[in-house]
Parts: sequence; C-alpha cells; structure tokens
Amino acid sequence: MKKLMLGNEAIARGLYEAGVEVVSSYPGTPSTEITEFAAKYDEIYCEWAPNEKVATEVAFGAALRGVRSACAMKHVGLNVAADPLFTLSYTGVNGGMIIFVADDPAMHSSQNEQDSRHYAIAAKVPMLEPADSTEAKEFVKEAYRISEEYDTPVLVRMCTRIAHSQSSVELCEREVRELPAYEKNPQKYVMAPANAIRRHPFVEERCEKLSKLGETSFLNRVEMGDTKIGIITSGTCYQYVKEVFGDSVSVLKLGLVNPLPVDIIKKFASDVEKLYVIEELDGIIESHVKNMGIECMGKEMFPPIGEYSQATIRKAFGLECPECVSADSDIPVRPPVMCAGCPHRGLFYTLAKNKITVLGDIGCYTLGSAAPLFAMDSTLCMGASVSGIHGFNKAGGEDSAKKTVAVIGDSTFMHSGITGLVNIAYNNSNSTVIIVDNSITGMTGHQQNPTTGYNIKGEPAAAVNLEELCHAVGIKRVRVVDPYNLKEAEEAVLEELAVSEPSVIISRRPCMLLKYVKAKPPVKVNCDKCVGCKMCLKLGCPAISYKNGKAEVDYTQCVGCGVCTQLCKLGAIEEN
Amino acid sequence: MMETKNVMIVGVGGQGSLLASKLLGVLLTDEGFDVKVSEVHGMSQRGGSVVTYVRFGDKVYSPIIAEGEADYIISFEKIEAARYAKCLKKDGKIIVNSQSIDPMPVIIGTATYPEGVLDELKGKGVFVDEFDALALAEQAGNVKSANIVLMGRLAKYFDIDYDKWIEAIKNTVKPQFVDINIKAFELGYNY
Repeated sequence: MKKLMLGNEAIARGLYEAGVEVVSSYPGTPSTEITEFAAKYDEIYCEWAPNEKVATEVAFGAALRGVRSACAMKHVGLNVAADPLFTLSYTGVNGGMIIFVADDPAMHSSQNEQDSRHYAIAAKVPMLEPADSTEAKEFVKEAYRISEEYDTPVLVRMCTRIAHSQSSVELCEREVRELPAYEKNPQKYVMAPANAIRRHPFVEERCEKLSKLGETSFLNRVEMGDTKIGIITSGTCYQYVKEVFGDSVSVLKLGLVNPLPVDIIKKFASDVEKLYVIEELDGIIESHVKNMGIECMGKEMFPPIGEYSQATIRKAFGLECPECVSADSDIPVRPPVMCAGCPHRGLFYTLAKNKITVLGDIGCYTLGSAAPLFAMDSTLCMGASVSGIHGFNKAGGEDSAKKTVAVIGDSTFMHSGITGLVNIAYNNSNSTVIIVDNSITGMTGHQQNPTTGYNIKGEPAAAVNLEELCHAVGIKRVRVVDPYNLKEAEEAVLEELAVSEPSVIISRRPCMLLKYVKAKPPVKVNCDKCVGCKMCLKLGCPAISYKNGKAEVDYTQCVGCGVCTQLCKLGAIEEN
Repeated sequence: MMETKNVMIVGVGGQGSLLASKLLGVLLTDEGFDVKVSEVHGMSQRGGSVVTYVRFGDKVYSPIIAEGEADYIISFEKIEAARYAKCLKKDGKIIVNSQSIDPMPVIIGTATYPEGVLDELKGKGVFVDEFDALALAEQAGNVKSANIVLMGRLAKYFDIDYDKWIEAIKNTVKPQFVDINIKAFELGYNY
C-alpha cells in the first residue's frame, strides 16, 4: 500500500517498521512531527522530554537496555544534546539508536542557519541524509542496521524541505524484536578516563570501517548520464539537480554524508569532464573533494546562505529561466504576528509603554520584538533571557535592574530557564523574570510540556507547579497575573521592578488557539464614538485596522479578548 | 511523459492552506500521479505570508515551485496573489478570494495596501479569476471553509471528475465537517 506522507511522517513510519520501542524528543520546527506521528503508533513508547539533552539521554538509556530507540530535534536542539552525543560516540549502543536532526536553511522558523553535518564530523558518528519521504523511511531502517553493526549512534539529517514535503511511501510490516537480557558492561558504558581511553581507538577504527561502507552502500549511488557535467549532491539539492537536468548529466548522490567516501568520488571525478558540488549551507562535501586534490566548483557558484531551488541551479549554470510577470506596485511585507487574542500581546504592550528593557527568549512571544511594539532587546537561544538578565543587571547595577525584565515561555522555562533562575537566586541578583505561561508549547504547534498536566498522548500527567518551583529555588516574590487585565499586569511589573530582590511574575492565560479556549463574540467599533486616534492600533492586533478615518475590527479574526477595549479612552470599542 | 503540473496555494497563516493542499494531495495520489506537496509550518503560520506547493505528474523531483513555473496560483487573499504572481507560468491562472487582510505594516501605517494590484496584473494579460470565497463559505455555514470553496473553483479548471473531488473531501476532513465542506466545494464549483 502506498501513502502520501510528510518526510517526518515517513520517518515515524520507519521507526514503527524498524521495531523501535522508545522515542523521546523536544519539539522544534522542522522536526516536531516525527515524534507526533510516532506517538500515533501504540507499539512505540513516545514522550516529550523537557529538552533535547534529556531526550537524547532517554534514548541512550533505552539503547543501553537493548531496544531500538530514537530522539528528534531541530538543528539548534543538537547544540543542547551535544554533550551526550560526543560521549555516546565512545560508548556506542546496545540496541540501535538514531538522533534525528532537522536543519532549517532559510530560517523559516529558527534563530540561525547552522549546518548539522559538522556535528557528525566532530562527534565521529555516521550521518544519513534522505532526499524524499521514500528514502526517509528506508534510511531509518538502514540507520538502525548500521547503528547495531558498527556499534554507534547514527545521525539522520533532515531539512525543512524534506521534513515538510509529502511524497509517496510504500508501507511495510513492523519488525518484531525481542527484549534481550541485560548484561552489565562498565568497560563500554562507564566513560571514566580509564575506560574512555580504550574506547577512543575503537571510535577511530569505526570511522575507517564506515568510510569503507560508504564505497559500497546503496546509500550512495551514481546515476551516469552525459559525462560533460558531473554533479555531487545530497538531500533536497539532489531533487533540484534532477529537476533542472533530468538524466542529461551525471550525478553522484550521497545518502551517507558522514563519513564521505573516497574511491567512488575519485572514480566519478575521473569519469566526468567538469565536476560540481551542490549542497545547501556549508561546503562540506566540497572541502572533502578538494582535500583529495580533485578540482571542483562549489561555493564559487552557490551561496552558503539560505535555501536553494531549481531556479538557483538554473541561474548558476546560466540556463534560461521561465518567463514571468510581476506587479509593479509595492506589495507590503506580511511578517508573522502574535495572533488576535494572544495573551502575550497585553503584556508586551505594557513593557513597551513603560520603555522597559526586555531580554527575550524563543517562542511565539519572540514576536513581541516586531512592529509596532518592538518590546524586545535580545533573543539568543532557549533560556538565555533568564541567564542573560542576571549578567545584564550585574553589569548595569541597580539602575539597570529597575527597568529590565526577562521574558520566557512556560515550555522554554522548563527547557532551559530553571537553571538560570537558580543562578539568579543563588548569586543574589535583583532581577525580574516574567514567565509567559500560555499552558502549551505554542510556536511548534501545540505540544504538551511538563507544566500542562498532559502527556504527548493527551493523557493526564504530573504537572510542574511553576509558583512552587520558583519558591523552591529561592525566589521569595512570585506572583501570578492575567495578561488580559492591562492594569493588573502593569502594576505587577512596576512593583516587582521597584523592589530590591529577585522576583518572578507568571503571566498566565492559555493560548487562544487551544481547542478548550472558547472565543468570545468579536468586539465592535462604535463609529459615533471613535475619533480615529489610533490608540488601539498600538497593540499591533491583526484584527484591528484603520479604514476611512476610524478603527475597524475584522470579525473573522477577533476573539473578543477585550484588551483593546481597555485602551480606548472613549469607550468606542464595545463588547458584544 | 506528462509534464509536471504546478499548483501554489498562498495566503495568510491560519487561513487553512494546509487542509487545501492535503485535499489536493489525496486526490492527485488517488488519480495515480506522482505527487509532492511542500508545506509551511512553524513561525510563518502565525499570520505571516504562507505558501504551499503542490506538484504532480509522472515523476516529480523538486518539492518547490520557482519563478514562472506555476500553472495555478490559488490565493486566499488579494495581495498574496500579487506577491507570488512572479511564480505564475505565462499562460497560468490565478484564482483569488477577493478578501483583503491588512498586513501589520499597513495596520500601523508604514505601508499602504495596493488595492488595484489585481487589475494591474490583469492589465498585463494575467488570467485572474477573482471572487468572494468568504461570502460563499459563510453561505456554506462556516467562514473557515473558504479554503474548500477555492478548491471547488479550481476543480472547474481541472480535468478530474467532480465525484472524485467529493470522495477526496470525505477522505480528508473530519467526519463532522464533511457536509459543510461539500457544500462549500459545490458553491465554489458552481459559482
């Protein structure tokens, strides 16, 4: 049976068919659906972990116990999981283990554009890279075979265009696997120096063996066409090459992108007149080829930035592009915005109004940095708001502490905010942290987290009590506000900034998009009262626009949150 | 060998482009085509400009559609149609919901909404089929079904049996929404 599947769904199918038992992940675009789809199979135990390091270690534990396991994360998540990854390379595995890492060229939903292949090289572990959903599923099975035969965790690299593109997949049965008896093996798994010293040579030997595997594996394949042009490529770039050239050029498609083969590249290079390497982001294959003393064209022709397409390749080769028309008028950009009724909006309005310095974090609320609120001074990585404000205030002193806050979401706080808060309490920092608790992991599309009281399957689970947690780490001043109530939220912010001790404000209101949150009727503008002062437009609500000198509310978007009614001094915005 | 056909679905994040592309994907796969559908998830879904690519034929390689390649652009909003018009083939067709949604730069007054942009495109010889899909969606019983109204309109131009579309809708949407969506599809088809 064939089915159209997202790349991420095909990965999940591969996990099912490979007999995988345990999957632990932290959501992150474009990797999230791997775990969401895996959770639909009752045979696989799936969970959301608080962060990628925990998830990777959970998968390690399961592999140590002898079952096949996996974890999935976005590219920056692998930074968090790098610590276990590098030593997992030494211990190897008992049951097979895959770490899925999804890169986001063009940064559709990310803070940087890092190329995860560097991790495979640095940690000395194999990395596979599929080019469509069919390969995604097949590569999962091959990755487990490699993991177990070569005693190594395996990285499987996805990118946005493979993860979020649907193509046809042939469905197969699940492999039945027995739980093996557990055998203690401290020489292999206790990575104290005496043992690790003995494991490092194993890692180097494994690299040699894997390099040989690359010479013969089906993962790497040559498609000979005309020999004037030879192209070495992998992943989504393979599709763009085939789109432009079809079978008219010769292609070496690499599915095992670490370690890279030597002999097939040498042979391919000698069989073609001119050699090109086409890969998104960094010139990793290109460097490998050039280090072998083989001439090729790569980043001289193709940018190390952003996403490619068939057009990128046509332009680089000087081929004709299809004719097209475009409008002459300027089309205004349409950046993402906080949704109508977003509980974060009122809080950011308060912070902007009071000209407060905001160290921000990663999530929907990062959109508070955008026009018209511009209510954010920094966003670095998960948890950096809470750690960063402490450094900012230690450097800036009392003046700084009285007008600076950190803003972090509930899920991000669980991921990496807690340790920063411990540091604030422990090192006596007069910092104010606002946890914007919308009771869900929002930006990645509504995943449960340890504060929500539900697990990945929507079953009741233990819930972290944020107030008690903050008290427990040593913060005495903890208060909860409703961000829909502008006055209450403003008073809380100003009071907590004024006191000379650390404090946490929990700005709590569930995400408006959650199914259980019922929208109120849309508000209405009373045109007799509205004088067109544009005060309400300062909120940056996508449901409020300015038409014919008056405010206008789009009833298809408005959810009746009522924040704008509090801003209008003339009472011109009326609740229904 | 059949030339690959390209359909772009564009609009504002949250308008339901993912359901429309899912419907097309199911339909075209059932018709026996090789199909690729490329979606947008994550940040751009929060009210930003979104684009989904649907490609089908004997063998489809690239999951995305580049400039001058689209046979159809289905747009949920007026200026989004104009934003991606450069992707349209010379003899391609734009099917567009006449709704205007101001983007944030227009709301806060740093940019203006180019009201006449579709007429401008028509003036350049572009085929533009503009109609009020939102009103038809309301008539069907739910403003959120404008996506399926647009699919109904697309079906007029497609060489695939009406019944197969209805079958695909039944296989795509949740049971409780089937009736509304079939009505929305009919209204778009018969408009």
